[in-house]
Amino acid sequence: MPSETIALSEPVGDTVKTSTCYMCACRCGIRVHLKDGRIRYIEGNPNHPINRGVLCGKGSAGIMQHYSPARLRNPLLRVGERGAGELKEIGWDQALSLAAGWLGEIRRTDPRKLAFYTGRDQSQSLTGFWAKEFGTPNFAAHGGFCAVNMAAAGLYSVGGSFWEFGEPDWEHARLFLLFGVAEDHDSNPFKMGLAHLRERGARIISVNPVRTGYSAIADEWVGLRPGTDGLFILSLIHLLLAAEQVDLEFLARYTNAGWLVVRNPGGAGDGLFARDHAGRPLVWDRRTQAPVEASRADVAPRLAGEVTLADERRAVPAFELLAERCLDPAYAPEAVAERCGVSPGCIRRIAAEIAEAAAESVVLAQPWTDTAGRQHGEMRGRPVAMHAMRGISAHSNGFQTCRALHVLQMLLGAVDTPGSWRYKAPFPRPAPPHAPPGGKEVRPGTPLAAMPLGMPLGPEDLLVDKAGRPLRIDHAFSWEAPLAIHGMLHTVIANAVAGDPYPIDTLFLYMANMAWNSSPEPEKTCRLLTAKDEKTGEYRIPHVIYADAYFSETVPYADLVLPDTTYLERFDCISLLDRPIGSADGPADAVRQPVLPPDRNVRPFQDVLIELAARLGLPTFVKKGGSPTYKDYADYIVRHERKPGIGPLAGWRGDGSAAGRGAPNPTQLERYIANGCFWRHELPPAARYFKYANRDYLETATALGLLDRPDPITLQLYAEPLQRFRLAGLGHGAILPPPELRERVARYADPLPFWYPPFEQEAMSGEEFPLSAITQRPMPMYHSWGSQNAWLRQILGDNHLYLARETAAAMGLADGDWVHVASRSGRVRCRVRAMEGVNSMTVWTWNAVGKRSGAWMLAPDAPEFRQGFLLNHVIATFLPEREGRQLPSGDPITGQAAWYDVLVRIEKAINAGETASRGPSLMRLPGLAVQSRRIAA
Amino acid sequence: MTSLAPREAGAKKLGLVIDLDTCVGCHACAVICKEWNNGGHAGPLPDYDPYGMHPDGVWFNRIHTYEAGEGAAGRTVHFPRSCLHCDEPACVTVCPTGASYKRAEDGIVLVNANLCIGCKLCSWACPYGAREFDEEAGVMKKCTLCVDRIYNETLPEAERVPACVATCPAHARHFGDLGDPTSEVSQLVESRGGFDLMPEIGYRPVNKYLPPRKRACSAPPLSEFPVATGNVAERLLGWLDRVLERV
Repeated sequence: MPSETIALSEPVGDTVKTSTCYMCACRCGIRVHLKDGRIRYIEGNPNHPINRGVLCGKGSAGIMQHYSPARLRNPLLRVGERGAGELKEIGWDQALSLAAGWLGEIRRTDPRKLAFYTGRDQSQSLTGFWAKEFGTPNFAAHGGFCAVNMAAAGLYSVGGSFWEFGEPDWEHARLFLLFGVAEDHDSNPFKMGLAHLRERGARIISVNPVRTGYSAIADEWVGLRPGTDGLFILSLIHLLLAAEQVDLEFLARYTNAGWLVVRNPGGAGDGLFARDHAGRPLVWDRRTQAPVEASRADVAPRLAGEVTLADERRAVPAFELLAERCLDPAYAPEAVAERCGVSPGCIRRIAAEIAEAAAESVVLAQPWTDTAGRQHGEMRGRPVAMHAMRGISAHSNGFQTCRALHVLQMLLGAVDTPGSWRYKAPFPRPAPPHAPPGGKEVRPGTPLAAMPLGMPLGPEDLLVDKAGRPLRIDHAFSWEAPLAIHGMLHTVIANAVAGDPYPIDTLFLYMANMAWNSSPEPEKTCRLLTAKDEKTGEYRIPHVIYADAYFSETVPYADLVLPDTTYLERFDCISLLDRPIGSADGPADAVRQPVLPPDRNVRPFQDVLIELAARLGLPTFVKKGGSPTYKDYADYIVRHERKPGIGPLAGWRGDGSAAGRGAPNPTQLERYIANGCFWRHELPPAARYFKYANRDYLETATALGLLDRPDPITLQLYAEPLQRFRLAGLGHGAILPPPELRERVARYADPLPFWYPPFEQEAMSGEEFPLSAITQRPMPMYHSWGSQNAWLRQILGDNHLYLARETAAAMGLADGDWVHVASRSGRVRCRVRAMEGVNSMTVWTWNAVGKRSGAWMLAPDAPEFRQGFLLNHVIATFLPEREGRQLPSGDPITGQAAWYDVLVRIEKAINAGETASRGPSLMRLPGLAVQSRRIAA
Repeated sequence: MTSLAPREAGAKKLGLVIDLDTCVGCHACAVICKEWNNGGHAGPLPDYDPYGMHPDGVWFNRIHTYEAGEGAAGRTVHFPRSCLHCDEPACVTVCPTGASYKRAEDGIVLVNANLCIGCKLCSWACPYGAREFDEEAGVMKKCTLCVDRIYNETLPEAERVPACVATCPAHARHFGDLGDPTSEVSQLVESRGGFDLMPEIGYRPVNKYLPPRKRACSAPPLSEFPVATGNVAERLLGWLDRVLERV
């Protein structure tokens, strides 16, 4: 019998190092096996709390990302016209001298003239702090076009949100509702969790216009029309309230449902909470029939009924106002069904399912103690868990939609109880949050008083001038977007070119592909980046500095390119000060370590930023006398303290035994590496639920430095800060919106959730552009990074436009036919494919597959250029002009870019063989050449 | 032609059990398979035109996505496809050189690259499309069931499973001895109604697929929810007093 000798026990490699993945934002633990100085194999770290050994397709393809031919190799300086791609290689000293020269001049004269924006940045606690020390308010990451509606609505409602803020109780949930999620961040924990739910027999309902990804394994798919999630959720609330299926005990104990809201229609103070002399909210105590301070444990708050306060003002409990709002016939299933594209019967049945699941509580035999010192013998919860993401968030009604979802959770008593959605440490945070953003006063050579991104409580915290005009270049924290807590990267370039509110000198971008998939209307963005002042002939944005590891579409639009390393060549920290990786059972953080030294003349961006800070003499980054405080990022990670005892990493502080708070420990990084590059603190079982009112949790969290004080956190059914803005919109108070924005503020800054049509639908006729167009994230790809990856592009190298069979049939379209997709702002050419699992009024495609010709070191005939397309070309940055004013196409509260609002029509394209060209092919950068395709063996 | 090595009844049959109920189509198994095998016994696994017009390459595991059914009965199915290590592997018996073989000790179907002449008969014989031709080496390749992992004494025992099984985030891939009715995988097949792909053609695949679990539309009776009428506050007061007294 023929056979062969197989080496069955060949060692995987000669070295193995742990680190943290960066192929998406999930931040799984990885083990990287090296062989002869090259990467042999990347696998999930079985000990890591995030992924417990599993790894997705993106993570396993990290090896090809690391060896991508599109890696930048040297700092680059523009020598031709901007955008022409004529760059020359320069040394680091020249690059940093140039940057420090431009930035130093700005800091000496007007620090606002630096706009520092980062994209898929996982070091925001450093980058934001750097901006603060520099003294510019113009800093943000990409959250403004990602999911800020989700974050803001969550933080102002329950002191947490989904994804990094919370997770379903995978062990105990019986009904799980997913809204607007195909595949997303937290992707491996989610896949593990969904599989676990299915093994446990829990029911999964996915609400999403498209049946891909997670929706494919749900028990039920609800394919509603984009932008109507809020209507659907409010209809569920309508039914649950009407059927008296809400958890009153929970509402009275843990939310502000009983807090008295002053009723003084048209007058000052209307809609604000009635407060005692110390400013503490009041409830009406049913037993004593008197107003008492709301946080007292011994009250029985009334949840309905108008009362008269001692000062003769009338007030009602917040719950009554909410009930009034949601019982409105406008939210009855019959009233919303057509708009949502879901039958009234389906809405009723799902409401009934929710009520039924919530009624059968999950009881854990786990005693716990609340903040009033009351002992509870068990933990009783509502096994209805929810999760939502960008699908409900990236709309102009996204903030109120996300609010509606949190209100639904609160009404059910399904917040951090067994079986429901749970906070991940370090959340919950106090709700509403309060951290005024820095930047009211900007002075040359001076740091800001606070971090540039914050969380306003009312008009006094906004960054506006006396006339109500924005102080930030992106207009965040202005009356256009008062709760723009993640900034508005998508408006920066247009505003800077328009000089609105002022011109800038330098645009400094990190990992944000603004000339392509990170912008709406990328061609317009490219025109803006190259726009010149007619009189002087100078660029409207005089300097553009860009830091990235790869030859993305944005590189040719920079004057100075600072090449970053790959994620396997540097130190990083996944910090609790930034975007945490904790779980519901305890906080965690992590590091990356260099697995290999760079083989190119590139440097970790964070090292570069710290060196620039030292060259610029930024406080904290230089010692007295001007020498650098930190050698590099690794040194900063270990020695920097944001507050005494609190630094970027929480583990092994002090002598190595302290967690959370403690002096810097010089051997901290070694301890992390020895532990697989992560730290995790497990909460005691008594501290794992009801965290907003759980004494053990709040005290533990305070000891760890996650909270300043162990005070109970009251969930905000009624969001009073919104009413403060609204009152200003109605003309009350000293700080008022400019006249043209007053009506808008008064309408949308509503303390109770409501639904309104996405602005795009309001502005455009349904006949001209009848279809919604959205994107879905493919599981094996993450943004634009994937296309340079030789393996991932074999899985997805081009994309189609998918549409419902009936829509295709009505238009006489067959699979593979070419069409034009037209919106009010642009057109794109692509091929169609008909399918069953899509809302009939919706078309969709995979995001960020199409590329600009010449980028990413792909061949000129690559399918990403010729057949792949980018939906961004039909998404507008601004709403149609009204009365001479342009407002961003985004949410009126948070400014979130509303890219899921876009409406289109489809026209058959005759004889098209490929997608329309998007500008001349980008020139190959100096020093880059297609490398050997073989990466191992 | 190659004859099969005699195998005793009850002999070990290593294989995979793939759960179509939880597979979300993420391609984790496909990519890690590529990565492991690229540097393993069957490697390298070439990529043709990796940055060009027709990026393609050798993959031992590919994921296909289908839609089935219409309307409310419609669903999306992700279907991972790789060698099924058949008991009656025509890919082996058609091999003119003996390069293709099925191991007597565990049933894994392999290709001995030293004997393979690249005639591709086996790929014609395989009804599952599981064979992948390496155009650079001129030999046929295929899933090895990670034979260089599952017996690899340099790995911790718990990790001696195929790479695709170790990495699957959705717990949709299981590995074990399907010749032993008491094994975990056999029990899983038994309890979940695991099935053979295209049993009618008689290749008797060892790998099994688990069907999607029944979609429990536990629709409770369409409760006739009361319609909200009248003054909201009065209605609430009556309701709240009633309910709170119950508490």
